[in-house]
Amino acid sequence: MKPPDPLPEGDLLDRALVAKDANPATARKPSTPAPDVPPSLYEEHTTVHPKRIDGRFRRFKWLVMLVTLAIYYGTPWIRWDRGPYAPDQAVLIDLANRRFYMFDIEIWPHEFYFVAGLLIMAGIGLFLVTSAVGRAWCGYACPQTVWTDLFQHVDRFVDGDRNARMRLDKAPWGAGKAARRFWKWTIYLVISFWTGGAWIMYFADAPTLTREFWAGDAAFVAYATVAVLTATTFWLGGFMREQVCVYMCPWPRIQTAMLDEKSLIVTYKHWRGEPRGSLKKSQKNPDTFGDCVDCNQCVAVCPTGIDIREGAQIGCITCALCIDACDKVMKEVGRPRGLIDYATLEDCEREAAGHAPRPVIKTLMHPRTLIYFGVWSAIGVALLFALGSRERTGITVQPDRNPPYMLLSDGSVRNSYTVKLRNMQSRPREMELSIVGLPGATMWTDDMNRDSAARAIVREVAADVALPLRVYVMAPRGSEEQDFSFKVTALDAEGETDSTETAFNAPEAP
Amino acid sequence: MAEKRLDEATNTETVGHEWDGIEELNTPLPRWWLWTFYATIVFAVGYVVAYPAIPMVNKATEGMIGWSSRGQLAKEMDAASKQRSEVVAALAKTPIEQLDPESPLMRAAISGGAAAFRVNCVQCHGSGAAGFKGYPNLNDDDWLWGGDIKAIEYTLVHGIRQPDADETRFSQMPAFGRDGILSSAEISDVTSFVRSLSDLEPASAASQRGAALFEANCAVCHGPQGKGMREVGAPNLADAIWLYGGSREDVTATITNSRYGMMPAWGERLDPVTVKMLAAYVHSLGGGEDFIDVAEDPKVEVDEAP
Repeated sequence: MKPPDPLPEGDLLDRALVAKDANPATARKPSTPAPDVPPSLYEEHTTVHPKRIDGRFRRFKWLVMLVTLAIYYGTPWIRWDRGPYAPDQAVLIDLANRRFYMFDIEIWPHEFYFVAGLLIMAGIGLFLVTSAVGRAWCGYACPQTVWTDLFQHVDRFVDGDRNARMRLDKAPWGAGKAARRFWKWTIYLVISFWTGGAWIMYFADAPTLTREFWAGDAAFVAYATVAVLTATTFWLGGFMREQVCVYMCPWPRIQTAMLDEKSLIVTYKHWRGEPRGSLKKSQKNPDTFGDCVDCNQCVAVCPTGIDIREGAQIGCITCALCIDACDKVMKEVGRPRGLIDYATLEDCEREAAGHAPRPVIKTLMHPRTLIYFGVWSAIGVALLFALGSRERTGITVQPDRNPPYMLLSDGSVRNSYTVKLRNMQSRPREMELSIVGLPGATMWTDDMNRDSAARAIVREVAADVALPLRVYVMAPRGSEEQDFSFKVTALDAEGETDSTETAFNAPEAP
Repeated sequence: MAEKRLDEATNTETVGHEWDGIEELNTPLPRWWLWTFYATIVFAVGYVVAYPAIPMVNKATEGMIGWSSRGQLAKEMDAASKQRSEVVAALAKTPIEQLDPESPLMRAAISGGAAAFRVNCVQCHGSGAAGFKGYPNLNDDDWLWGGDIKAIEYTLVHGIRQPDADETRFSQMPAFGRDGILSSAEISDVTSFVRSLSDLEPASAASQRGAALFEANCAVCHGPQGKGMREVGAPNLADAIWLYGGSREDVTATITNSRYGMMPAWGERLDPVTVKMLAAYVHSLGGGEDFIDVAEDPKVEVDEAP
């Protein structure tokens, strides 16, 4: 490894940006192409074999992995009692019936803005996290990272640590290698299948679906979804790994555009580390070398196989395992920790100039993070308010346009409407539909006799359904064109109401 | 033909042609492009053999696999009618007055009728079934020949005033003016009386004269109070609905020249199940009357007052 050129002072951001664009792999193996041959744009893949490491960030990654995987695999199995008229699965996306259940919240299709709001919050939340702590999403919580991490632990479990795996990779194919590969890929496949299988549980009652799935009675789409997700998990987690982050994912590009000199990124403190020299060399010439002993542990543990000492780059998912590795080495050689550490570019400049590091809280709070947090929490509060104040009774009315009105034989005017009464509670309710305005008008429905027409009619609306009614409204002879309202009132203790205005058409007065 | 040689400036082979010192470089198509092109030729030959392709005098050549767009349509129509066969069979064996208004079968009949209505009926009755002058509005509660579901079916099957249909709904109003039965002054008096029945005009000396004429000439069909008679399709003159208009000019024209509205006998054109569906649809439009089982003959069992 050739040590990089000494860094120009006060030019950190520029350097970081240049390094970001540089391809990590070519940077690792600098080649000097002949001047008359254009450089090849093809980058051959080299398998990354990250070394086992322990440390505070590794332990945090274990925790995040445990929590996220537990949420993913376990959520569909949580039961939630909603009474006899609604499913008892805590989180259920019931596509067939157009309902979305999440604990005590039930969302109908016309309330989908809640989901849209959550997605917008997730988006702005990512902006917030990125501007505050850099690519923390990439490093800890992204499914690609979590599953890659999981599969790398499988590698370690089956084939041993970094050196053993590299040896096995180079070894010729034989019975032992084939057996190991078969065993490893079987574990990959089981994890992948479990991952694909967990996904479909969000869309149907989990215990029932599991039984149907194994009995061969589940819908084709269930098997197809599991097959596709098993295949993608197996391929992306088992084999593509860091290439997804470096080549396939748009999010690193977007994030690098959002990072600025105030964002926390994993940084090699070159002013402290350079020039590098092994422990022996620095013991011989104590004042010539920096803290970096050039042990390459930061490279060995990196799950994407980059060298963080070359600066921020797109391959760096800021998982901070190199910090753990470097801290461990620094402790062994008796130097202070943090040669590689989370730092903002601004802090780097300050520290390089010899000032004391700023407290983390100050680093996190700057206008961008505060604005993102403001927008994020404003949407959250608005959603909560909307959720708290929504009514679980609704009405929609669609007037007939052809014919707009008609004359009955006694001279009265009739209009027809399609009215939908929405009972969004998980229990059947009596609901009263009534006319507000339109003097003298009465109504009846297509399953009633006109003789029993009235100003208000009562219907039993089943739990959690919209009841469509064909409603005829009849106004006395000579009624003029006017607006009026349909009002629905739930006939229970809560007495929720909703109303909507619509038009009554009539012939023009002669 | 000149000799092929390498062009000095570009180091590319020429094709060997030369026109007044202008030469063409040989830069062949990329290999993948060329092979794709050959593949399309192979595909085209296969297509011409397999599918109808070359136009002949009457029709195109038939392909080896026997596909045709008409054949595909027939197959899809077959599949669609097979899907409907259950409903169709159930409707075929159920007398229409025994259809349960709440049943899924009735709902299927109504939606099938709505589709058939779009094809066969909208030309006269309008797409909203609201009718036009001379073509009744089917949404309202005024029925010339009866508004229960069986009477509607009968009207559909046999039509109205169809010359060749024996059981068609038939009646004929005399052309009182054209045939010289009433003078124009008398027609004016009758017009006043008829319009006074539904309060379009106040009672007057003319309407009182008209009342006597109505009694003598019209009441036999339209009834003494002008309430109409469904057995002969005589409209109710005392209500607010005027098939041919209620203005003085319209009523005078009707009395003078008579009216002779006709509807095809759909039983001759459509299958019985489609007719049943149409009856169910028309009955469902909001003015349908309850069927009261009085007698076999629908002309007799029609209930008088809506």
